Amino acid sequence: MNPRDDAEPGLVASGIERVVAWAQQYSLFVYPFVTACCGMEYMSAASGHYDMDRFGAGLPRFSPRQADVLLVVGTISHKIAPVLRRVYDQMCEPKWVVAFGVCTCTGGFYDNYATVQGIDTILPVDVYIPGCPPRPEAVLEGLMKLQTKIGRQRPVILR
Amino acid sequence: MSPSSDGSETRSMRLNIGPSHPAMHGVIRLITELEGETVTRVEAEIGYLHRAFEKKCEDSSWTQAIPYTDRLNYVSPLINNFGYCAAVEKLMGIEAPERAQYIRVLMSEISRITDHLTCLGASAMELGAMTAFLYLMKAREYLYEVVERVTGARLTVSYGRIGGVKADLPEGLEEDLPRILDAVAREIGEVDRLLTRNRIFVDRVRDVGVLSREDALGYSITGPVGRASGVDYDVRRDFPYFVYDRVDFEVPLGERGDTYDRYLVRLEEMRQSMRIVRQCLDHLPAGPVRADARGGVIESFDLVDRAKLGRTGGLVGVACTVPPTLGGSERPCHERILARDKRAALPAKADTYANIEGLMNHFMLVMDGHGVRPPAGEAYFAVEGANGELGFFVVSDGTDRPCRVRVRPPCFFAMAGLHRMLEGGMVADIVATFGSINMIAGELDR
Repeated sequence: MNPRDDAEPGLVASGIERVVAWAQQYSLFVYPFVTACCGMEYMSAASGHYDMDRFGAGLPRFSPRQADVLLVVGTISHKIAPVLRRVYDQMCEPKWVVAFGVCTCTGGFYDNYATVQGIDTILPVDVYIPGCPPRPEAVLEGLMKLQTKIGRQRPVILR
Repeated sequence: MSPSSDGSETRSMRLNIGPSHPAMHGVIRLITELEGETVTRVEAEIGYLHRAFEKKCEDSSWTQAIPYTDRLNYVSPLINNFGYCAAVEKLMGIEAPERAQYIRVLMSEISRITDHLTCLGASAMELGAMTAFLYLMKAREYLYEVVERVTGARLTVSYGRIGGVKADLPEGLEEDLPRILDAVAREIGEVDRLLTRNRIFVDRVRDVGVLSREDALGYSITGPVGRASGVDYDVRRDFPYFVYDRVDFEVPLGERGDTYDRYLVRLEEMRQSMRIVRQCLDHLPAGPVRADARGGVIESFDLVDRAKLGRTGGLVGVACTVPPTLGGSERPCHERILARDKRAALPAKADTYANIEGLMNHFMLVMDGHGVRPPAGEAYFAVEGANGELGFFVVSDGTDRPCRVRVRPPCFFAMAGLHRMLEGGMVADIVATFGSINMIAGELDR
């Protein structure tokens, strides 16, 4: 269950929540869990030509504790799946997951004994970016969709 | 445990690196045994990206296996495509037309450059040289644009066909390519000036991760890693395939076999690859002859529409124009890029749409249960992949599905010899050495 959904209405005005959501939306720290081919397009999206930095998600964090978006890039086999789940569990709330590439969305054309048929069987996913691999433009669109989603959420404000 | 001079004891420590580690591009786990900062034992655990390549190939038809080969070494997918297609061609006794051979060489070399750019960029970034990474990615982007123009996709291209290539080079590419190569060479030169004599970089990589020539031979390591150790072997030169015997290039060799030599070998190979691309452009046999407008040339979709309505009168002998790249091809264009072999190569779209022979040939090749059927037998074909000898061993039992497609992935052998490079070194050097090998999990685990 998402803790943000059942946050009880408190004394804090919704205006502050909106400000916090806005801030979260434009300062995303991404943990790229790169396994396979999609990593090449992730590199393209992150470097100069497409420049993910324009959207406030330019700085990848390679420690799950410091990241708030888990970008699952590439095929997830049954052997790597527990590692992925562990990385997800180590991340602090609030956290979001992006399935990058069709292998992470559904298993793609690797419909076989070795591949997890979509990472949503092991983690909750916020945004799916299909494509084999998705073009950098598609990645940026997925990122913007995630930002819209974050902007609509009401963050839990400790008080 | 070993006692030190003051009587206290140090205990060896076991350190796991990976499978999810910032410096492990791709997924692999290194189990290291440390004595202080010194690495005493390394064991590589592989298999995190096993995607059942061989089983999927057995499950699909001969042509359907081509997209799976894209995703073996996803940094240079074109070389994989051509390697697989050439193996099947060898089995069937087909030879691709000359222009297709030149296009294959040209695109293979572009792919090799993108691979080396990625490897150098990523390994430089892991040593802290973010600027070099960004410059090299910029250069790679120029080449991805070329690949996209030619094949329609940036990365997973499936451009090779049994008997040739999917489509001819797009118009204007032959004029644009020299300019694009100049731009790429400029970026590489920039990185060369930033890194090659950079004291910080050289200190991190000189005499680090040394692989002796004997070890390279012993572990059958080929490609840039082997050549950096002095193994003078390049499939392109020693067993020329396609038209590599008609182009002039040099095979750079290293002297010490350390990470710095591997860096220099890759840098030089990119320059040699650009030389090959320029030569291919010069020697490329004439482009497609456009069908003349005599007898009323009509568009292929128009032809199909008219045929559907039964308005076929007067269509006999009509030439059909199709865009040379993605839509299909005209017959003269088609014959230059695909072997005229009805067992393997799809007929020109002009034939498929306009006459019954072409349509039937198309049908026989694409329908389930028919398709390409190489004679029973086996063939091994090796190409020089970006990481070394990339071999495909295909076995046919005479049906439309491969009996076996075995790959000889160059990375696999480098991973077997990895511990020889890391043991005795420092733990911080693992990142530098590992980055210089360019391990690609897709082809390593298949």
